[in-house]
Amino acid sequence: MTPHIPEPSAPLLAIRGLSKAFLGVQALDGVDFTLRHGEIHALLGENGAGKSTLIKTLTGVYRRDAGTVALEGREIAPRGVEEAQRLHIGTVYQEVNLLPNLSVAENLFLGRQPMRFGLVDRGAMRRRARAVLSGFGLSVEVTAPLGRFSVATQQIVAIARAVDMSAKVLILDEPTASLDAQEVAVLFGVLRALKGRGIGIVFVTHFLDQVYAVCDRITVLRNGRLVGERRTDELPRLDLVAMMLGRELEAAAHRIAADPAAHDDADTDARPPLVRFRGFGRARSVEPFDLDIHPGEVVGLAGLLGSGRTETVRLVFGMDRADQGKATVDGRPVRLRGPREAIRLGFGFCPEDRKKEGIVGELSVRENIILALQARQGWLKPIPRRRQEEIADRFIRLLDIRTPDAERPIQLLSGGNQQKALLARWLATEPRLLILDEPTRGIDVGAHAEIIRLIERLCADGMALLVVSSELEEIVAYSRRVVVLRDRRHIAELRGGEVTVDRIVSAIASEPASSGSEGALA
Amino acid sequence: MIHRFLPLVVTIAVLVVGFLLCAMQFPNFASLRVVGNLLTDNAFLGITAIGMTFVILSGGIDLSVGAVIGFTTVLLAVLIEQGGWDPPAAFAAALLAAALFGAAMGAIIHVFRMPPFIVTLAGMFVARGMAFVLTTDSLPINHPLYGDLNDVAWRFDGGGKLSLPAMILLSVLALAVVLAHWTRFGANLYALGGNRQSAELMGVPVARTTVAVYTLSGLLAGLAGIVFSLYTGAGYSLAATGVELDTITAVVIGGTQLTGGYGYVLGTFAGVLIQGLIQTYITFDGTLSSWWTKIAIGALLFVFILLQKGLLAAWTGRGGEPAEA
Amino acid sequence: MTLPLSGPPPGLRRTGLLRSLPQYGALAAVLLANWLLFPDFFSIRLQDGRLFGSLIDVLNRGAPVALLAIGMTMVIATRGIDLSVGAVMAIAGAVAATMTQAGWGLPAVLAASLGAGLLCGLWNGLLVALLRIQPIIATLILMVAGRGVAQLITEGQIVTFVSPGLAAIGSGSFLTVPMPVVITAALLAVTALLVRATALGLMIEAVGVNRLSSAGAGVNTPVVLVAVYVWCGLCAAVAGVIVTADIRGADVNNAGLWLELDAILAVVIGGTSLLGGRFGLLLSVVGAAIIQAMNTGILLSGFKPEFNLIVKAAVLLAVLLLQSPVLTLLLPRPKGARPVSAPLKPAIQPAKRESGSVKP
Repeated sequence: MTPHIPEPSAPLLAIRGLSKAFLGVQALDGVDFTLRHGEIHALLGENGAGKSTLIKTLTGVYRRDAGTVALEGREIAPRGVEEAQRLHIGTVYQEVNLLPNLSVAENLFLGRQPMRFGLVDRGAMRRRARAVLSGFGLSVEVTAPLGRFSVATQQIVAIARAVDMSAKVLILDEPTASLDAQEVAVLFGVLRALKGRGIGIVFVTHFLDQVYAVCDRITVLRNGRLVGERRTDELPRLDLVAMMLGRELEAAAHRIAADPAAHDDADTDARPPLVRFRGFGRARSVEPFDLDIHPGEVVGLAGLLGSGRTETVRLVFGMDRADQGKATVDGRPVRLRGPREAIRLGFGFCPEDRKKEGIVGELSVRENIILALQARQGWLKPIPRRRQEEIADRFIRLLDIRTPDAERPIQLLSGGNQQKALLARWLATEPRLLILDEPTRGIDVGAHAEIIRLIERLCADGMALLVVSSELEEIVAYSRRVVVLRDRRHIAELRGGEVTVDRIVSAIASEPASSGSEGALA
Repeated sequence: MIHRFLPLVVTIAVLVVGFLLCAMQFPNFASLRVVGNLLTDNAFLGITAIGMTFVILSGGIDLSVGAVIGFTTVLLAVLIEQGGWDPPAAFAAALLAAALFGAAMGAIIHVFRMPPFIVTLAGMFVARGMAFVLTTDSLPINHPLYGDLNDVAWRFDGGGKLSLPAMILLSVLALAVVLAHWTRFGANLYALGGNRQSAELMGVPVARTTVAVYTLSGLLAGLAGIVFSLYTGAGYSLAATGVELDTITAVVIGGTQLTGGYGYVLGTFAGVLIQGLIQTYITFDGTLSSWWTKIAIGALLFVFILLQKGLLAAWTGRGGEPAEA
Repeated sequence: MTLPLSGPPPGLRRTGLLRSLPQYGALAAVLLANWLLFPDFFSIRLQDGRLFGSLIDVLNRGAPVALLAIGMTMVIATRGIDLSVGAVMAIAGAVAATMTQAGWGLPAVLAASLGAGLLCGLWNGLLVALLRIQPIIATLILMVAGRGVAQLITEGQIVTFVSPGLAAIGSGSFLTVPMPVVITAALLAVTALLVRATALGLMIEAVGVNRLSSAGAGVNTPVVLVAVYVWCGLCAAVAGVIVTADIRGADVNNAGLWLELDAILAVVIGGTSLLGGRFGLLLSVVGAAIIQAMNTGILLSGFKPEFNLIVKAAVLLAVLLLQSPVLTLLLPRPKGARPVSAPLKPAIQPAKRESGSVKP
């Protein structure tokens, strides 16, 4: 964190005017990025900012449309991860892309094993592996399979492989997402040592505390554009969050929520909650939290990507099992052991990853809509075909799902219409609590507005809703209460007049209660 | 370390304990003669199973091996007896044909991204069919060299001997261990079976390795076919029916994960011997019926699959699986 | 044929029929070829109250594979496979023959042998659904041990029996139609009713297409999986009883040998994807008929029956190649067809949960 950074004549890596479009969507638009020797440079931005695209374009996974990349003043254009590695750019992903079944030594030297008499010299490989890893302060049994070690150790081995293959630039794509506090500290020790050796590190993360703990500079992207590059010690947290979320803080500083009535909590809080969670949590997923949701209210979950929002709603629906805490519905204790229990209790859940966990792609829109209702009734009581068609047609009309007919495979619909069909699936079960994870992500503008209107209407009808969204204005518009998360912890609950974009932003940016070091994850 | 070799250790322990139990029950059991016969009788199975181990390690499967053995024996019989070929030339032709057959399946699997299970199933049909087309009769091979080769043996005192098939088996085993652990090809196989995508990112030549491993499996099945024809002195298109199952079973009992990436050639060897041991025991016993072999092997298969499942969970078990209804 | 048997529901009837055209076309072509080779192929005569003729023969001999294919179709629709059906046939046949020989009545014999099939299916289902063992491995266990169990039951003998009642199941006839054909048709109808008149068919398809999404929507995935393996076991047992009844004895070494492969082939020819999802019971039975018609044709044309295997392999490869995602990419799309989302992922794309900021 020393502000003194030596600057040789040419920067280590200079990206100028990088652009990349996918089918007409501009994912990167003339982005500049500069990495100096011996610095850790955070690359930040919310979903859709273009971080991944930037990295993949840099390492040649995608071909760039325009722009230049220069390494130490020399232009480069790798055509794949391998070639990038040969050009001294190493990449380490969140999910370690090494092989857990091979030994540590084999992982380090796969494809470049030391040979003797035409055979792999295993002794030399072991010795060199130990030597390389000791340079990273890691003393492990190099003949043991990599998968037996913690994710942090695996990350360090991945970094060691990249560095040992002569990386000058090291790209770390969310390396800390599945590490605990101690592991993060070890990893950061390694990063600082590498920095001392003059290696430039691009660090992609969602944990602001970690950015402030280890990074020298910050580059923020938003919607494929460069927002700015700052030195970490000159950029207050609030400004950083504002840069990421794209808010003009001054202009909105004293804005009260548009519709104060929506946030009036006089009558609902007096009633007993529909669901109540106390000390509910799961190790390595989200810290224990308390949460009440009343009928006829929308509770918003806000926070940056990776802050524990999705993990929270997955626990509530039983997709992941809580390992501590209690849950009650209507005051009666319940055990949420899986989606089937949750559905029986009257819950419904639209997941964030629609394609993988939501839709059943090959099946028709009709079948997708009636699936949850049918599953709850059991297979012995089939919903008659006519009734299925009625239900499907009703929701297709009600939610304006754009499809030629109810028999079209749902995978052929646009994202917004798939989302509406998933909403229809749950509405058909007449749920008491509807959980929506990023309901408006990847959806065109028209459908977006319709879904928000629908949320408000459902709430007015007395349904309880728990909504995760990255769109703060959206969350403010419909939520009576907003729970703010950071680093997998519920850090604040805003209610009534407090529910404003600015309050949410400052809550996200607030210094952690603990010492403010990288230990904040624990 | 214990963890890593546990499946192998368990397999070898089962083999040793099994052998000791047999030896305690039958005084004649613990003799070089029995051991020699065990190796000879299971030589073709062992050679095939070693090839299968490589395929399974790489994340695939090869259902065609039994059919390739059958085809090879028929091809040899036809070439030698009807074509008048010299046995060495016939051996070379058979090995080449088997290897090319394997290579073709590997290429189809890689290029068309089709499941190995189904491609090699088709391969099994083709190989059996070609054997049938050559001849459906059992064709004896009477070439004098066959008699000479069958006499080749390293005799021990006390009546035991290491026959040519057993020697071939042990040589293949030694070469296979070297191939698996002292060559880049071996490391690439394990890498491919561990995670194809990661392996590709780490520079493993996926296409070459896939084709090579099926070629190797075909080649070894061809070699096993030669051994089988020596052993039976005939070519028969129905020879070695069901051997693919026996080899897969040996591989699993030997501690190799059927999903690929974990396992040892040596374990497969032990797995083959365990199967042979069960059979020998039942022969020695005389009162037990042959079907207990299949039941015992099925039970062992089940136990070893459960063991693997548990071990794999212990290795990779950070955080549970997502709940399912 | 009656309507609920084929996969697509009424709304899709037209496109469904269109989609199954290749199967019916192939069957027609094979039958036609047989007729050209053997002009008497379609002639059917009535003798002793039972129909005879090559066509009837095709149906009769195809019955065991068709029965296996019915069960196998649903297993494959859940993205599974059942390698043990041949062994289960042997077990059911062994139970039937041994009990008949021991003097049990027909009802008890049938109940016991079908019960054995159900039990085998339950075992497979539990391994797949609860222990989460890959289907190909889970069913391998019974494939290996099953024949041993069958031999245990018959004590290694080829058990023969004299029982007009049981024998009638194999070689008798009902309203002039051979019994195996009647039983196959009945089981097809019952199965179709079971999956299409309840919500089971929908659940099976949903689980096969996307197990995660289905579980998230509340589908009881373990129960669905167990159910399909149990039913597959039952179908195999019925096939086993028919074969045993036909030869009036249980030959456990050969009963159902390699028939699992024919059953899988029938399902694949019938158009059910090995990747799970939509399934058509009737089409799988048509697939079985195609296989049997080819067998008969090769026999009639004077070729050695050994050519069968090569022809089967060629058919299998051809069908699979047509389904291969790579080939789909290479071939031009039919006019007017809508592009489906790209079936092949780019070769290199590190799997990441939170990445794809831009979705085309």
